[in-house]
Amino acid sequence: MTDTPLHLLGALLLVAGAVFLLLGGLGLVRMPDLFNRIQAGTKATTLGTLLGLAGAACLHPEWGLKLLLIGLFILFTNPISSQVLARAAHRAGTVKSSLTSVDRLSEDRGEA
Amino acid sequence: MAETLIQLAAALAGLALLLALVRFLRGPSPGDRVVAFDVLTIVGITGIVLAAIAEGRGIYLDVALVYALLSFLGVIVIARYLERGL
Amino acid sequence: MGNLMTAMTGVLCVAMLGAALLAIGEPGAEEAQTDTSGLPIAILAAGLVSLLASVLFLVLAAPDVAMTEAAIGSGLTTFLFFFVLGRIRSQSETKGGEDG
Repeated sequence: MTDTPLHLLGALLLVAGAVFLLLGGLGLVRMPDLFNRIQAGTKATTLGTLLGLAGAACLHPEWGLKLLLIGLFILFTNPISSQVLARAAHRAGTVKSSLTSVDRLSEDRGEA
Repeated sequence: MAETLIQLAAALAGLALLLALVRFLRGPSPGDRVVAFDVLTIVGITGIVLAAIAEGRGIYLDVALVYALLSFLGVIVIARYLERGL
Repeated sequence: MGNLMTAMTGVLCVAMLGAALLAIGEPGAEEAQTDTSGLPIAILAAGLVSLLASVLFLVLAAPDVAMTEAAIGSGLTTFLFFFVLGRIRSQSETKGGEDG
């Protein structure tokens, strides 16, 4: 593998994406309750995967279309799945940590 | 240089996989385990992309596409089950 | 990059072992034999084993096997098990909470 500037940029993007994945995993372990874990686990990893896919596109420009398709799919579906999961957890009555003080969904439903 | 950076990225992604696995094994509620499952799928996509780069075979990316589809459908089905709508 | 692939295989094997142990049953839960509350977790863990096995197949240079394992093992069986669990739960609820 020759070290053109584009290759170097791709490798750096891959490392940046992996760092965001690691931060997402760390948040998944460290956060106090389920809703915080959903935030850490889906937002950080979405960004990490997109950066990784961009890095792969820099390393192999001929894969660009397929990588773009995967990236778009993740960008569209991951927020939806996190929202559906959070709503399901809220309806199932998941216990919140004492640090989680704002609950707009209960307020909107008039449950105080 | 680029090769070393790719290996570093693989090491970091492997660490992220192990951390998500810790949450999957410990997670007190089923919801925690579903989140960990989702994160593991996404880390798996990055692992597949890294494998495709290491082997230089673009056909591997098709599997990543299947993964992206499955992660979405899986979380939707399990969330519907958890909120007793299934 | 043979080293990278070997390392990935090792990490995947460790993760698969952990998930498989959880799929067999939570350690320290003796009531798991009659209680069905642990079933969703076991199904999820079995799906995770399939998921990691699929990445392992890919690392072993078999993308077609990996795709099939991801679609059938991790996708279809997990969804099917959850559908069946939901049916069983709604049936037992209409019968008054006791399993028939």
